[in-house]
Amino acid sequence: MTDAIPEFRKSQSGAGVGLAGVSLAAGTGARTRKEIAIIILVAVIVIGGLEVLLRWFEVPHYILPPPSAIMAALVKEFPLLLPHLRDTLICLFAGFGIGASIGLVLAAVVTQKPFVEKVITPYILILVTTPMLALVPLLILRFGFGYSPRIIAVALAAGPMVMINAATGFRRTDSAKIALARSYGASVLQIFWKIRAPMAMPMILVGLMIGAIFGLLTCVGAEMVGGGFGLGNRLTTYSSMINMPEFFAVIMILSIMGILLYVLFFLIGKKWASWEA
Amino acid sequence: MAAATEGARLSIRGAGKRYGDLQAIADVSLDVGHNTIVSIVGPSGCGKTTLLWSMSGLHGLSEGQVQLDGQTITGPHPDIGLVFQEANLLPWRNLMQNILFPWEVKRQKPDMAWINHLLDRVGLKGFETRMPRELSGGMQQRASIVRALSLRPSVLLMDEPFGALDAFTREEMNRLVEEIWLETKTTIVFITHSIEEAIFLSDRVLVLSKRPGRVIADYPVPFVRPRSLKTMASREVFDLTNRIKADIYGQTTLRAAAE
Repeated sequence: MTDAIPEFRKSQSGAGVGLAGVSLAAGTGARTRKEIAIIILVAVIVIGGLEVLLRWFEVPHYILPPPSAIMAALVKEFPLLLPHLRDTLICLFAGFGIGASIGLVLAAVVTQKPFVEKVITPYILILVTTPMLALVPLLILRFGFGYSPRIIAVALAAGPMVMINAATGFRRTDSAKIALARSYGASVLQIFWKIRAPMAMPMILVGLMIGAIFGLLTCVGAEMVGGGFGLGNRLTTYSSMINMPEFFAVIMILSIMGILLYVLFFLIGKKWASWEA
Repeated sequence: MAAATEGARLSIRGAGKRYGDLQAIADVSLDVGHNTIVSIVGPSGCGKTTLLWSMSGLHGLSEGQVQLDGQTITGPHPDIGLVFQEANLLPWRNLMQNILFPWEVKRQKPDMAWINHLLDRVGLKGFETRMPRELSGGMQQRASIVRALSLRPSVLLMDEPFGALDAFTREEMNRLVEEIWLETKTTIVFITHSIEEAIFLSDRVLVLSKRPGRVIADYPVPFVRPRSLKTMASREVFDLTNRIKADIYGQTTLRAAAE
């Protein structure tokens, strides 16, 4: 399990940060024409091979439609899926924004006082380990089928993840660097912004990345459980109608969203945390 | 160069520091004259760093006080510069950003002419945009010295600055400190484990006892600057080294051998 938790580290070439555990080779960028050719070739073999195998063995569409059917469904259904995508993105970003902000502020405040941290940590752990999806029916009961239950569920899933990682970052600040700032008369606030925050940045980014991906999972899950809109809702609708190519088209959109989130934080990490060896 | 004492620059009276049950230093009194280099040597854990941090105003004393030019130090003082163990550069800033850090904290416009002169002086010109991890240990420590000197402190406190460097780099750094001192005549208090380094650099070497640390010996180092290899290999330096060793180890046999 610990292997699955991504962690920023310097890539082999020293050009930036990569994520251990999640080996996304493309993240470090292909450098030569030959590498690009091989990447494309492998993709063609995998996707083309899947297509051929599925057709060869006449696998029924309701089990796994061939890639060509999925692509066709994606193109055909995309205009209809667009409002759902927008809906999911609104829930994801609103929930993640709220959860991550609260998580970051809590982490920064709580780590200032070790005792407060000890008192609060068990509750944060409960929040981290409880699947927030389970609360969705309850939230729908209280808040109806609108955006709010989904936004709350995403915030509850992402916030504690962000907090627990950010707190690890804020805690590891080394005393010599704080002494350095203090020797020049730095205020508590200056020490926070110029020493503690940059020092914690790599862990904060890991927290944000895991939080965002957890948020996406919870958002789609919540849409599957309740609500008449969103990509999660499309999943349940299409599967109940056995529209498998459309179903997999939605899955594809979701994976692309996940990858884009990963790339976003990867790029932010490269900019703000590449100093970490 | 003899100590040019016209009253003390920095004076410590009856300094003691406890951390809970642990008495780190006890009843330390010493004076540091104007424009002199004073080294403090002593066994590991004798409270050298505690003493230096007290002088810098980074933490208070349990007993006694530290005065700079007759005024009691209660907190970090703009006239006092501090060079830390290892370089203590901020790894997310490049070399120049590290040197400008104190100016940023103080919200002052940096004295770029002076900073560039210092960079040139320590041989770091052209490395301004390098990140700390791209620099060697010696270069990092030179950068940290430039950072401390950039504010033109009149007192420089150095806390085992070269302890992590290899022997050759260390000697090179000692020459650099000597050169800088000859140029700026900054009063320097230098903490070290190396007796050779202490003798090479200082006008006076103070020996601290085991915990709780107190001053048990105070040797003037009268040799002419700049101190050559020949001076450092002389009989006088050898004898002084052995006397200091005897103080540290408390071995009378060594003392007898030296005399």
